[in-house]
Amino acid sequence: MDEQSNSAPIRFYQTGTFTVGNRLLDPVHRSVQSSIERNNSLNSGHRACQGCGEALGARYAVDAAMRATDGQLIAVNATGCLEVFSTPYPETSWQLPWIHSLFGNAAAVGTGVAAALKIKARKAGLQHNDARVIAQGGDGGTTDIGFGCLSGMFERNDDVLYICYDNEAYMNTGVQRSSATPPAAHTATTMAVGEHPGAEFGQGKNLPRIAMAHEIPYVATATVADLRDLESKVHKAMNLRGARYLHILVPCPLGWGAASCDTIKIARLACESGIFPVFEALYGEVTRVTKIRRRVPVTEYLKLQKRFAHLFAGDGRPDMLAHIQAEADRNIRRYDLLAEEVTA
Amino acid sequence: MSMRKPFAITLDPGSSLANKTGSWRTERPVFVHRLPPCNAQCPAGEDIQGWLFHAESGDYETAWRHLTRDNPFPAIMGRVCYHSCESACNRAQIDTSVGINSVERFLGDEALKKSWRFEIASAQSGKKVLVVGAGPSGMSAAYQLRRLGHEVTVFEAGPMVGGMMRFGIPKYRLPRNVLDAEMQRIVDMGVTLRLNTKVTDIAQTMRDGGFDAVFLAVGAHIAKRAYIPAKDSCRILDAVAVLRSMEGEERPMLGRRVVVYGGGNTAIDVARTAKRLGATEAIIVYRRTRERMPAHDLEVEEALQEGVMVKWLSTIKSADGSALTIEKMRLDEHGNPQPTGEFETLESDSLVLALGQDVDLSLLDGVPGLVMKNGVVQVDPLTMMTGHPGLFAGGDMVPAERNVTVAVGHGKKAARHIDAWLRGSHVDTAPKHESATFERINSWYYSDAPKTMRPQLDVARRTSSFDEVQGGLTQDNALFEARRCLSCGNCFECDNCYGVCPDNAVIKLGPGNGFEFNYDYCKGCGVCAAECPCGAIEMVAEEV
Repeated sequence: MDEQSNSAPIRFYQTGTFTVGNRLLDPVHRSVQSSIERNNSLNSGHRACQGCGEALGARYAVDAAMRATDGQLIAVNATGCLEVFSTPYPETSWQLPWIHSLFGNAAAVGTGVAAALKIKARKAGLQHNDARVIAQGGDGGTTDIGFGCLSGMFERNDDVLYICYDNEAYMNTGVQRSSATPPAAHTATTMAVGEHPGAEFGQGKNLPRIAMAHEIPYVATATVADLRDLESKVHKAMNLRGARYLHILVPCPLGWGAASCDTIKIARLACESGIFPVFEALYGEVTRVTKIRRRVPVTEYLKLQKRFAHLFAGDGRPDMLAHIQAEADRNIRRYDLLAEEVTA
Repeated sequence: MSMRKPFAITLDPGSSLANKTGSWRTERPVFVHRLPPCNAQCPAGEDIQGWLFHAESGDYETAWRHLTRDNPFPAIMGRVCYHSCESACNRAQIDTSVGINSVERFLGDEALKKSWRFEIASAQSGKKVLVVGAGPSGMSAAYQLRRLGHEVTVFEAGPMVGGMMRFGIPKYRLPRNVLDAEMQRIVDMGVTLRLNTKVTDIAQTMRDGGFDAVFLAVGAHIAKRAYIPAKDSCRILDAVAVLRSMEGEERPMLGRRVVVYGGGNTAIDVARTAKRLGATEAIIVYRRTRERMPAHDLEVEEALQEGVMVKWLSTIKSADGSALTIEKMRLDEHGNPQPTGEFETLESDSLVLALGQDVDLSLLDGVPGLVMKNGVVQVDPLTMMTGHPGLFAGGDMVPAERNVTVAVGHGKKAARHIDAWLRGSHVDTAPKHESATFERINSWYYSDAPKTMRPQLDVARRTSSFDEVQGGLTQDNALFEARRCLSCGNCFECDNCYGVCPDNAVIKLGPGNGFEFNYDYCKGCGVCAAECPCGAIEMVAEEV
C-alpha cells in the first residue's frame, strides 16, 4: 500500500471512499483488512465481549504491522483486557510471537526485546534485524501503571512502536476510572452522584500530547472507525525507526454502556464531534489531521452511552454538556479539524 | 505430558479456535436481498441495481445483457422513458438521484455502436404465437417470446415498425436511426414481421395462421374529438394525424400561429413540433393549471424554454375562421375546472386537438369471453390474459398508464405468461423482497457526488431543427454516474462486514461470491449489520 492512496482517498462515490474494501480498486491499493490473506493476528475464539472495539483495533493494527514487516514481528503485551481475553491458559488467539510480563512493564519489555534483536543482528554482522517490535496495552497499562516505563522508552528513543488501545477505563477489572477516563463519565470509582457526578473535569492525562513532548519520531491517534487511516499510520510507523506511539480509541460496549452494534458508530461520532482529534505528529509537530466530514454536537456522541446517562436524566446537566462541548470545540480549534468544505 | 515443559506448565499451547464463541449469540446476522426502490418502481421491471453493478466496473456488455433480459430497448428507453425510477432513488436523500436513464441510454448507444446482438433460444418450442401491433408492447413481447423459443409472427397495420414510438414521439426526442436499429435487432432474432397487414378479425386470423396464442397490442390511435362549433373556414386537425404526417414526405401545414388544445404529452409534442416547423407562436390551451397537467414536467419545462406558450385555465368554446373563442375557467374545491363566463378571442392559423386517443377494438368483434370497459380490453393484471383463453393483450389497449415503459413491461409479462400457458404451467413468481428503504442505508460510507448533467443543445438550435435535444454521456461520466448507485439492499462486495467483525467471523469467498458468516465464532454483536452500507445484512433472533 503506498502513501498516496491513503492520504488522498480514491473517490468512488459508492464503493470505497470510506468502506473497508472496494472491488473496483487495484488490489495493491486495497486495505489489509479487505484481503483474504490478512494475517488475522488476533484469531477467532478470543473471549472479548460482543462488539469489542479493542479486539477489532488490535487486529487492525497488528495485521497492518505484520503486512508492513512481512510477518517479522514480535508483540509485547501489558496486562489488561487484551491480554486476558486473548490468552486464557492454555489457549492463545495470537498468530505471531507474543509475550506478556507485567501490567506496568510492557514498554520496558519491548525495549528489551528490541535490544536483543539488535545484538543478534550485530552478531550476525547485519545493520538491522528484520524483525521488529510492538508493545501494546490498554489505557490503564499505558497512561497509569506503565507510564514510567513508557516515558523511559520514549526518552531513550528505543526502536519500539507502542500502541495504546484506549477504552477510557479499567474494563477488565470492573470499569474503574483511569487517567484516560473522560470528565463526567460514570465508572465504578466515579459514581454518578453528588454535585459533580462522574469523573472530574480538569483531571486525567492526554497521552498523545505527552508523547509529542518527548519529541519522538512519530506520534499518531486513530480510531476503529477509520480503518484506512489507522492502517496507513501503522504502515508509516513501521517504516520509521526509534520510539513511536499510536493511540487508538476503541469503544467498549460494556464499560461505556453502549449497544454492541454501535462500536464503530460511537468511534466515528467521537471524531465527528471533535471529542477525539485524529492526527499525526513527526518529532513533536502535528503534520496531518483528519478533517471532520459531518460535524455533530457532542450530545450525539454522549447520548449513545449509559456512562453519560446522568447528563440527560431529568432536567439534565446543560452546564456539564456545555463544558464537554467547549472541550470538543477547543480540540477543533487546536488541531484545525474543520474542512474547508464540510460536505466532502 | 513431556518433562521438558517449563516449570508449572502442564498443558500444550492451544489455539483459541477451540473456543466456539458462537454459543454466546442471541441474534445472528443473515445476508439478505432487498428490493431497491428503482427496481420496485420500474414499469418494465428492470433490475436497475443489477445492471448498474456491472456498469460500475466498466463491463458495459454484461450490463447491457443484464438490462435487456427485461427490456430490449435501452437506447429508446434512455431517450423517452419518464424514469420514475430516479424519483424513487434513495440517493436523492444524500445528494441527487442517480442518472439511471442517462446510463441506460449510454448502454443502449454502446450496444448499437458495437453491434451487440441478442442470443437466440437454443431449443424451439414448436409453438406459433401471433403478435398484433409492432409498437413497444408488441415488439417487447415478440423479443421475449423468441427468447423462450417460440415462433413469432408480428402483424403491423402500418407501413413501419415502432407504433407510437414512431408516430407519436417526435424525432427530436427519438432519432429514427435509433428506433430502427433497436427494432431491427429483434427482427434479426428470427421474428417474422408483416407490415401493412391490418387484422380485422382476430379469430379468423388465428385459424388461418394456425397460431397457438395471440398477444394483442394495437395501441390507441383514434384521436378523441371535442365538440367545438366551428365554421367551414376553420383549420382543425388532430394531434395523432399531425405527428403521423411528420413521418411522411409532406410536412403538415400548420401556419404561423398554431393553437394546441389539450394538456397531455401529445399536446406538448405537437406544440414543440409546430415551433420546429416554423410557427412563430405555438400556444397550448389547457383547462387546468400546470400542477394538474398530465404532461411530464420535464417536457413542459423544455417546451416553455423553447418558447411554447400556455393559456392555463382555458377552454375553446367555438371557432370562426381564424378566431377562437376562449372561456376562462376556475378550479373548484375538487380541483375540477368550472366555467366563469368570461370570454376572449385568440387568433390562430390552425387548431390541433390533442385530447387523448381511443383504441380501435373492431378486430375483436364477436370474440367470446372478452370484457370491454371504458374503451379498453380488460385483462387479468397478473397474466395479461383477456377473458378469452390464449388471447393476451397489453399496451395502450388495456387499462393502464399509457407510456412506452408500461407497454414494454406488459409485453414482457404477457410473453412469460403466454409461454407458461403454452406449456401448461405457471410462472413462478417468487414473493418480492422487502423494500430497501433509505433507513436501512448507512450513508456515511457514500461520499457526496453531484449528478452528471447531460449536455443539452442550446435552445436556439433545438427550436430550429429536429436534432436530438438531450445529449448522451461519455465513457467517463457514464462510469462516474453508474458508480453513484448505492446498491440499495444488495451486497456490492465492499468488504465492510469482513473488515469490521471483531471476531473474524465473516468469511470472504472472493470476487462475485460474496461472504458468509462463520457461526462457530460469530457472537452476534451486530456491528456488520450496522456498518453494512447498503442494508444487506439483517439480525435475526436465535431460537432459544
